Amino acid sequence: MRTPFTIRLIQSMPRTGWIALALFAAITWIGVPVAHLALPEGHPLYLSAYTVSLLGKILCYMVVAVAMDLIWGYAGILSLGHGLFFALGGYAFGMYLMRQIGRDGSYQSDLPDFMVFLDWKELPWYWAGSDSFLWSALLVMALPGLIAFIFGYFAFRSRIKGVYFSIITQALTYAAMLLFFRNETGFGGNNGFTDFKRILGHSITSPEMRVTLFALSAALLVACLILGRYLVTSRFGRVLAAIRDAESRVMFIGYNPLHYKLFMWTLSAVLCGIAGALYVPQVGIINPSEMSPANSIEIAVWVAVGGRGTLVGAVLGAGIVNLAKSWFTVSFPEYWPFFLGFLFIAVTLYLPDGVVGLWRKLRTRKAELPPAAPVSARGATTATLPADARPGVQPDATVMESGAPSIAAAKGATA
Amino acid sequence: MNAVSTDLDRAAADAFATRENLREQWEGEASTSHLVQQGELDLSHNVILYLDDITVSFDGFRALNKLSLEIDAGELRCIIGPNGAGKTTMMDVITGKTRPDSGKAFFGQTIDLTRLTEPQIAHAGIGRKFQKPTIFEQHTAFENLELAMKADKRVRRTLFAALFGDERDRISEVLRQIRLDKEADRQAGLLSHGQKQWLEIGMLLMQEPRLLLLDEPVAGMTDDETERTAELFVSLAGKHSLVVVEHDMAFVEALGGKVTVLCEGSVLAEGDLATVQEDPRVIEVYLGR
Repeated sequence: MRTPFTIRLIQSMPRTGWIALALFAAITWIGVPVAHLALPEGHPLYLSAYTVSLLGKILCYMVVAVAMDLIWGYAGILSLGHGLFFALGGYAFGMYLMRQIGRDGSYQSDLPDFMVFLDWKELPWYWAGSDSFLWSALLVMALPGLIAFIFGYFAFRSRIKGVYFSIITQALTYAAMLLFFRNETGFGGNNGFTDFKRILGHSITSPEMRVTLFALSAALLVACLILGRYLVTSRFGRVLAAIRDAESRVMFIGYNPLHYKLFMWTLSAVLCGIAGALYVPQVGIINPSEMSPANSIEIAVWVAVGGRGTLVGAVLGAGIVNLAKSWFTVSFPEYWPFFLGFLFIAVTLYLPDGVVGLWRKLRTRKAELPPAAPVSARGATTATLPADARPGVQPDATVMESGAPSIAAAKGATA
Repeated sequence: MNAVSTDLDRAAADAFATRENLREQWEGEASTSHLVQQGELDLSHNVILYLDDITVSFDGFRALNKLSLEIDAGELRCIIGPNGAGKTTMMDVITGKTRPDSGKAFFGQTIDLTRLTEPQIAHAGIGRKFQKPTIFEQHTAFENLELAMKADKRVRRTLFAALFGDERDRISEVLRQIRLDKEADRQAGLLSHGQKQWLEIGMLLMQEPRLLLLDEPVAGMTDDETERTAELFVSLAGKHSLVVVEHDMAFVEALGGKVTVLCEGSVLAEGDLATVQEDPRVIEVYLGR
C-alpha cells in the first residue's frame, strides 16, 4: 500500500513542528490583531503601528530566507541575487498601488506623479492592466518566476555552478538595479514608488489594513514552511540533495538535474516575489536600492546565521539578524555594515551550522551526560572512568546524531 | 588519463569548455525519447553493445584509437589493460559522458548511444559504477536504493512519489543481495569502503539495467568481500550483461568470462584469461620491452 498524500504531508513535519506552527499561527492571527486593535494604547501588551509594521516586514524577510534555504541549503546553489526577485514582486504590486492612488497624487492626474513629472502623456505599454488587482497578483508571481526560469535555464543547462553561479546572480541583480535607477525605465527612477493610498479601495494606513497585511505575511510564512517541509522530505527533495552531493551519479541513474534545479530555483523566486508584494505596502516604499547586491548578500547571511538546510534555521536567522539590525541602525547606524560582515565571518568560522547547529550540538552533549548525576559528581565520574566506559557515551549513536547535520551543512557551503 | 576522466567534479571545471557539446546533449530530448523505451532494446543479433571504429582525442592525444568491441547479451566480459589504455574513456563514451570524434556506438541494434544524453542512456538500460564509489553520502542506504530505483524520474512524478509495497520489497531484496540489510537506515557516508562499493552495485541493480559497466568494482575491498563480489557478478550474468574493468587478476579469474586486453586505445587481444596471458603481445605490454 502506498501512503496517501495527506498522510505524507502530515508526516513531513514532526509533531513539535506542527505544534510550533499552530502556536505561531495563534499568536500572529489572533494575538497580534487583538493587541493592536482591541487593547488601549497604554496597555502593557499594546503593539504600536511601528511594531506591527516592523514585525510584518520581518515576516516577509523570513519567507525570503526560507526560499533561499530551499535553493541553497537543499540544492547547494548559492544565489546572491535573490533580492532581485523580492524587488520584482514588490515592483509588480507597487504598480497596482501607484494606480490605486488615482487622482489623489500631488499633480491630481490619472498618471502616477513621477510620469507627470517626466511629462509623459500616457502609461507605457507594460503598465497595462496594472489597475487590476488580479492581474497584479498574477504578475507578482509570474514576473520573478519567468525571469528566474529563463536565467536558470541557461545557467543550469551550461552547468554553471558554485561561485561562478553566485557571481552571475550578483551581476544580474546589479544590472537590474542600474536599469531601475533610470527614469526612462518607467518605474520611478531612484525614488521608486511611494505615497501609497489604498488597496482594493481600503486605506493602506488604517490599523485594520495593517493587521490584515501582517496576518497575510504570517500565513504566507506558514504556507512556505509546510510546502518547504513537504518538498524536502519528498523524493523530489532527496533527488535535489543528491544532486548537491553527487551530481554525476544522479545523472547516471537517470535524473536530469537541469529540471530539478530549475523547478526549485523558479519556485524559490516566486516565493520571494510574493514576499516582496506583501513587504511593499507594509513599508510604504519600493525603490531600486532593494536590488543592491548588499541586500542579496544579507539574505544569504540570514540563512547562514540560522543554519542551512533546516528551514527553521532560515526563519530564526532572518529574525535574529533583522531584530539586531533595527536596534543597531537606531543606536549605531554607521557600524551596521561592519557588524554584518563580522557576523558573517564569525558564523562561518565558529558556527558553520548556524544557530540550529549550535542548538543540536548542545542537545546531543546534554544527552551524552548521565541524566540523574548531580553536576559536582559528574566531573569526578568522568575523570575516573576510561573514555570508552563513560556512561551514556555510545560512539556510533553520537556520530550518527551530531555528524549528520554538520556534514549536510558543510556540503551546502562548498557549493 | 584515468585519474582525470574519473574525477567526477570535472564536469564543473569543464562547464565552459564543453558547453557547445553539452548544448547538443540536452536538446532534442523529446525528439529522441522514443528510443529510450527499454522495451525497444533490439537484441535480435544477440549483441547488446556494439562499438565500431571509435576514436576519441584529447588535445591531440588519442585516448581511443579505432576501438571496436562487441558484447553479447548476457555475457560477462572483463576488460584489462595498462594505465592509459583507454578503459575509462571507453566507459565514458558508452554512457554519453564523452562524445567520440568518429565511430559508432550502438546499444542493441537500434539505439545510437552517441546521440543520447547521460540520463537517456541510463533510462535505455545501461548502468555504470565508477572507480571511486559515488553514492549519496547524506542519504541512508535505503534512500540511495530508492533514488536509483527504476521509476519515472521526471520532476512532476518525484514531487508526489511514494513507495508501493512491492517497491519496498524490491529494495529490501537488493539490500539483502548486497548484504546491507542491517545497515538500511544508516547514513551511507558512514559505511565502510567495501560497503560503499556494494551499495553502488546495489544502486545499479535497482535500475534494472540490461548492461552493467563496472569500473574497478573491487578496489579497496578485502579478499572476502572480493570473493563475494565475484559470486554476485557470476550470478547476475545471463540475466544482465556485465562489462568489468579490473586490475585484480585473481578477481578476473574468479569471474571466468571472456577477457579483452586494451592497449593504447584499441583492442590488443581477446579470449579467455589463460589464452590472453600467453599472448606474447600482452606479455610485452605488461612487462615492457
